[in-house]
Amino acid sequence: MTVTSQDAARTGGAPLVPAAAPPAPAAPEQTVTFTIDGIETTVPKGTLVIRAAEQLGIQIPRFCDHPLLAPAGACRQCLVEVWAPGRDGAVAKMPKPQASCTLEAGPGMQVKTQHTSPEADKAQHGVMELLLINHPLDCPVCDKGGECPLQNQAMSNGRPTSRFVDVKRTFPKPISISTQILLDRERCVLCQRCTRFSEEIAGDVFIDLQKRGAQQQIGTFDTDVLGFAGETPVGASATDTSGRPFASYFSGNTVQICPVGALTSAAYRFRARPFDLVSTPGVSEHDAQGSAIRVDHRRGVVMRRLAGDDPAVNQEWITDKDRFAFRWQSAADRITTPLVRERPSDGSRGELRPASWVEAFGAAAAGLRAAIEAGGVGVLPGGRVTLEDAYAYAKLARVALGTNDVDHRARPHSDEEAQFLAHHVAGRTLDVTFADLDRAPAVLLVGLEAEEEAGILFLRLRQAVVRHRTRVLSVAALASRGLERLSGTLLTAAPGTEAEVLDGITADAELDELVQAAELLATPGAVVLVGERAAVSAGALSAAVRLAQRSGARLAWVPRRAGERGGVEAGTLPTLLPGGRPVADAGARVDLAAVWGVESLPAAPGRSTAQIIAAARDGSLGGLVVGGVDPADLPDPALARDALEKVGFLVSLEVRASEVTERADVVLPVAPPVEKAGTFVTWEGRPRPFPQALVSHALADHRVLHGLADALGVDLGLGSLADVHAELDQLGGWDGARAQAPETDAAEPPAVPAGHAVLATWHHLLDAGRLQDGEPHLAGTAKRPVARVSAGTAAAVGVADGAPLAVSADSGTITLPVLVTDMPDFVVWLPTSSPGSAVRDTLHAVSGDLVRLAPGAADGATDGEA
Amino acid sequence: MATTLAPVLSAHWDAERSWTMETYEAHGGYRGLRRALDMQPADLVTMVKDSGLRGRGGAGFPTGMKWGFLPAPDGGPRYLVVNADESEPGTCKDIPLMMASPQHLIEGVIITSFAIGCHHAFIYVRGEVVHVYRRLLRAVEEAYAKGYLGKDILGSGYDLELTVHAGAGAYICGEETALLDSLEGLRGQPRLKPPFPAVAGLYARPTVVNNVESVASVPGIVVGGADWFKQMGTERSTGHGLFSLSGHVTRPGQYEAPLGITLRELLDMAGGMRGGRALKFWTPGGSSTPIFTAEHLDVPLDYESVGAAGSMLGTRALQIFDETTSVVRAVTRWIEFYKHESCGKCTPCREGTFWLAQIMQRLERGQGTAADIDLLLDLCDNILGRAFCALGDGATSPVTSAIQYFREEFEAGCHTPADVLFPPERSALFDYTPRRTGAALAGVHA
Repeated sequence: MTVTSQDAARTGGAPLVPAAAPPAPAAPEQTVTFTIDGIETTVPKGTLVIRAAEQLGIQIPRFCDHPLLAPAGACRQCLVEVWAPGRDGAVAKMPKPQASCTLEAGPGMQVKTQHTSPEADKAQHGVMELLLINHPLDCPVCDKGGECPLQNQAMSNGRPTSRFVDVKRTFPKPISISTQILLDRERCVLCQRCTRFSEEIAGDVFIDLQKRGAQQQIGTFDTDVLGFAGETPVGASATDTSGRPFASYFSGNTVQICPVGALTSAAYRFRARPFDLVSTPGVSEHDAQGSAIRVDHRRGVVMRRLAGDDPAVNQEWITDKDRFAFRWQSAADRITTPLVRERPSDGSRGELRPASWVEAFGAAAAGLRAAIEAGGVGVLPGGRVTLEDAYAYAKLARVALGTNDVDHRARPHSDEEAQFLAHHVAGRTLDVTFADLDRAPAVLLVGLEAEEEAGILFLRLRQAVVRHRTRVLSVAALASRGLERLSGTLLTAAPGTEAEVLDGITADAELDELVQAAELLATPGAVVLVGERAAVSAGALSAAVRLAQRSGARLAWVPRRAGERGGVEAGTLPTLLPGGRPVADAGARVDLAAVWGVESLPAAPGRSTAQIIAAARDGSLGGLVVGGVDPADLPDPALARDALEKVGFLVSLEVRASEVTERADVVLPVAPPVEKAGTFVTWEGRPRPFPQALVSHALADHRVLHGLADALGVDLGLGSLADVHAELDQLGGWDGARAQAPETDAAEPPAVPAGHAVLATWHHLLDAGRLQDGEPHLAGTAKRPVARVSAGTAAAVGVADGAPLAVSADSGTITLPVLVTDMPDFVVWLPTSSPGSAVRDTLHAVSGDLVRLAPGAADGATDGEA
Repeated sequence: MATTLAPVLSAHWDAERSWTMETYEAHGGYRGLRRALDMQPADLVTMVKDSGLRGRGGAGFPTGMKWGFLPAPDGGPRYLVVNADESEPGTCKDIPLMMASPQHLIEGVIITSFAIGCHHAFIYVRGEVVHVYRRLLRAVEEAYAKGYLGKDILGSGYDLELTVHAGAGAYICGEETALLDSLEGLRGQPRLKPPFPAVAGLYARPTVVNNVESVASVPGIVVGGADWFKQMGTERSTGHGLFSLSGHVTRPGQYEAPLGITLRELLDMAGGMRGGRALKFWTPGGSSTPIFTAEHLDVPLDYESVGAAGSMLGTRALQIFDETTSVVRAVTRWIEFYKHESCGKCTPCREGTFWLAQIMQRLERGQGTAADIDLLLDLCDNILGRAFCALGDGATSPVTSAIQYFREEFEAGCHTPADVLFPPERSALFDYTPRRTGAALAGVHA
C-alpha cells in the first residue's frame, strides 16, 4: 500500500499519503571506540556504556535506567568493571565497579560486564539480593508478575535463594494517587522512574520521594497543606508540588515504566495475567497525534492498552485517554446487526428492527435512490474515520450519489477553513513534523491548547522547551496550566480577535511582546501551529497564512480528531477531491474520473456540514448518509437533531447506538478501530497504519459503503483494504494548481452589553466524550469543570471566586463554579463538552459568541460537578 | 621530642567571651583579611596550595587545589559553601570552633571568597545545633557592622554577602552535593558526578565546598605564611588540626596539635584512660573510619600513616573505648545510625544498612547464627564501593574492622548477649545499680 511502502512512490508517482522517509543518517560526529567484554565498538561521543552494550546485544540488568529519562544511578544494578586509560595512557582498573547507566564511554575504555567479570557479576548479585530483601514475594497476585523486570532480572542476575531471614519493611496497601493510579509502596524499588517522568517529561509533579533510608517511599502530597481553587480533578486526589490537586493527563505512563508492580491502574489491576494476553500493535483513535499503542487482549476482550515505542511520533508516551479509554469499543450499546425502520402506514416513524445485510442494503439503496430524486443526498462521515474509510465516503458521494455534498467536519467550521485546508494542508504531508518541533527556535500556537487537544504534541513541545529552550507562544484568551508548563508566552486574544493579534505580530508593533514574537518567528525553523478552533474566528486562518508568509515561519494545522487530516487527504470536503484535487479544477475532475472509471464528476462545489444540515432540514436535500457524528458536537445540536428528524431518508453507519441511529431509517453497523485494519493520518500527514486486533464480524466503513454502492448499482471497488490501497496508489497526489489562500477579513468584535461576555471555549482532554464511556477511574482524573472569568468581570457580575456563575444563551444556562483567572475582561471561558458544561448543546454557541452572565443559584453549582 | 599542642584556631577559646568580635580582634583577628585584600586572589590560591592545607572534613583533599579547579571567571556568579553540617558520630570539632570563635570561620570565608572570586558565600550549619546557628548569625551581624562583609569591604572595592543556612537534620547533607541540593531547597540527596561542584555546583554555578576547619585555617596561613604552616605536621600532612578526644578518657575535649601526633601523646595530655582502665579500641576519625586498637597507639595521626595502618584520618574524632565496652554493641549503635541516616537513594546503602542493623541487633542479643559473621562480611563487600556516595562505604568500616580485631566477640554473639558479656554498668562513670540486673537484662533476650 502506498501509505507505508516506499516502492509505490517510485512506480506510481507521488503517493496520496506518502510515508515518512527514513530518518536521514546522522551528521558525522565525534565517536569513541572502546571495548565491552572484549568486543570493540564505536559509538557517538557521550553514549552511556549501558546503551552501547545494548547495541552489541549485551544485556546489563537495570531498574532506574530509562533511555528517555536523565540518568539517576540510583538502583546500582548495572554495575560493571571498568578499565580506563589514565593520564599516562596505561589502562588501569577503576577501584570501584561503575554504574553503566551513568558512565559515558571513553576512548580506550575496557568494560567488563557480568559475562566476563566475576566482580561485576558479584556486585550485581549483591545489589539484586539487597533489592529483594524488602520486596514482597507476592508475585502470584501482582499485576506485574510475568512481565516484571525485577522478576526477570532476579532470575537472570540474582541468587537462587535469599539469606535474609529478618523482618521486612511493610506499608499499608495501596495508596490511591488518583482514582486511576494506585501505589503499593512495599513493592517499590525506589528507582525514581515515575518521579523523574513526572518532573522531566510531563512536568506535573504529583508524586515525589518522601522520608529516607529504608523508609524512603514514593508519596503523594499532603492534601491538607495547601487549600486553593484551581483545575481540580473530579475524583479524590492529592496535591502536586505546585500545590494543585493532581490531574495529570500522562499518569498512566508511570505505570508502564514502573519496573516492578508498585504502580498499577485501577482499570487493569487484578484483571489479567500478562502471559494470557495477546498483543497487537495499534494506533490511538483519540486524537490526530497517531500515538503508537499496544492493544493487549484476551479471548476477544481488550484488557489494556500500552504505549507503543515510536521515536518519530510519541516516543514511549501516550495520554491517559489513549491508554485507558477503550471500553467504548465493546460497550453494551454496540450495534451488531443492520437495522431497518419500517414506517407504519399511519405515517409515524416506527421502530428499528434487526435485518440482514442484504435487506438493509436493499432498503438503504431504495431510500437513497428516492432521496437523490428528491434533491440529493448529503454525506457526513464524521472526523474519526480512517483514511481508507474516508476515501470510501468521498468516492461514494461523487460516484454513487453524484454530489460534492460531503464534509467530515462534525464541529464548528467555516468556508475560510475549507479554503485554508485546500490551499495549505491538503497534499502537503510531512511538511512540519514532530522532529521539526524539537529543533524549532519558536512555536506559535493559534487556537490550540496543546495539552488538552494534542497531548503528544504537548510532550514533544515540552521536550523541545526543556532540552533546546524552544520558545512557545500562544494566541489564546488565557494562559492555561499547560502553557505555563511549556514556559510559554501568552499573546492575549479575546475570542474573535485572533486575526487582529496575528496581523499585529510585526517588527514595528506597539506591544513589546508582539515585536518579540515577530523576531522569534523570523528565526529560521520557527513554526506556527493552528488548531481546528481557528476556524470559528473569522480571518484567523487567513491571518495565519499571512503571518507565515511575512515571517518565514512554517505553518501547520493541528486538528483534534484522528480522522480529520485523513479526511482532508481523502477528499471528504465539499471543495476537495482525494489527494488535494480542487473540485473547481476541471483537470482534477477529469483525472479522477479516469481513475474511477466514470464519465464525469459533479462540478459544483458541495455544501459544508452546516449547509448540509440546513438543507436536510428544509427539505432541499432528500437524504443523508451519516458516519460517526454526534449531533452534540455540531455548532447547533438542536438544529442538527431537527434536521435528522426531518430529512427524508437517513442512513447511519455507527459502532454504537447514538442520536443518529435512533433517527435513522437504516443503520449499518461498522467496526471500531480495534476490530478493523486501517490507517489514521496524523496532523503532520504521517500515515499510521494499524492491523486488526480482534477477530470480528464487524465491517469497516469502506466495506459497508462498497456494499451500499453495490446495492445502488455502482461498483465502488473498495471491498477490501487491498483494493482501497491499490486505488490510492494508482491515484497518487495532485501536482496541479492549488486553491487560493483564504483572504477573509476579521469580523468586527461585537459590542458587549452589560451583563454579557464573549464566550471562549475548548475541550478538556478528559470530558463527557462518548469515547470515554465506561471508564469511571479515568473520569475521576478529569479536570473539574469551572467557568473562568477575570477578576473584573467576576466583580461586575457579582460572583466571588468559587461561587456559581450562570452562563446563559436563549437556549439554556450552564452553571459552574467561577475560577478567577488572569484574562481579558468580559470574556468567559467554559470547557466545551465536560459534564455539566455541554456548551454547544446548552448554549448553541461557539467561541466568540455573546453569552449572558449572572450569579448562579447556589444549588446550581452542583450541576457542574455531576 | 614529644609533640606539643599547637593552638591556632583554639588559641583564645579560654578568653573572656571568646566568641565576640571584640575578643577576636583583640587576639589579632582580621589581620589576615587586611593582608589578603592587598594581595592578588591568584597569589592567595598559590599560598594556600603551597601551605599544603588539606581538607579538614575527612577526605583530606588539598584545599588550594580544589580552589584551582574552578573554571576561569565567565562573569557569572561563583559560590563558596562552607560545610558546617557536622553530624558524624564522634566528630565534634567544627561545632566547638563555631561556638568559641565564629569570627575565625567568617574571616576565613571572606579571604577564601576573595581568593576564588565569590560574592555570595553560604555556611550550611547542622540544623540541630540551634545554639551554634544563633551564634553564627550574631557573628555575621557583627562582621557586617564592622564592614568585613557587605559592599566595598574595608575600602577594597570587594563585595561579599554571607548567608548562614540551617539544615533540617540529615547526616547525608554533609555530603557536598546533597548539601548543595538541600541548600537549593531540594531534597537532600547526593547528585550525580560529574559535573563536580567546581564546574556546576550551587545553582549549577562553579562552587567550592570546604569544611569549617579548612576555611578557618586560612587566615592563619595568610598571616603566618605557607612556611609557618608547613613547619607544623608532617611533610604531606601539614599544619595544625583539632583532635577531638571523647569517650573513656580522663579529660575529653579538643586538642589542637600538629598533624602526626600520636594517640599515646594525646592520651597523656588528656590524663590517660578514665579510671586507669585499658584501651580496647578507638576510631581515628569518626565512626566511618575503621577502628584501631591499642596496638595502633603510636600510629602518627596524619593522612598517610593512618591510611597505611588500615584506616583513615577522617575528622580526627578520636572516640576512645575501654575494656568494659562491647564492640558488638558499639558497632550496632553506629549501624543503627547509618540505617537511620541513609538517604535512601541507592540500593546498597538503603537496603544494606537496614539489613546490617538487623544482623547486628541479633548478635547483640546473643541470637546470631554461625553464618552471620560471614554474611556481615559479604554484605559489607556488597555495599562497599557499590553505593552512590561515601555514606554506604562508611557504614561498612566499623563492621569489617571490628570483625577483623574482635571476631571472637562476634562469635560470642551467637550465644551470649552483649550486655551479659559486658554489663553496661561497668562502663559507667560512677557507681550505680541498673534498674535491671545483668541477669534480668539477659533474661529479656533469653
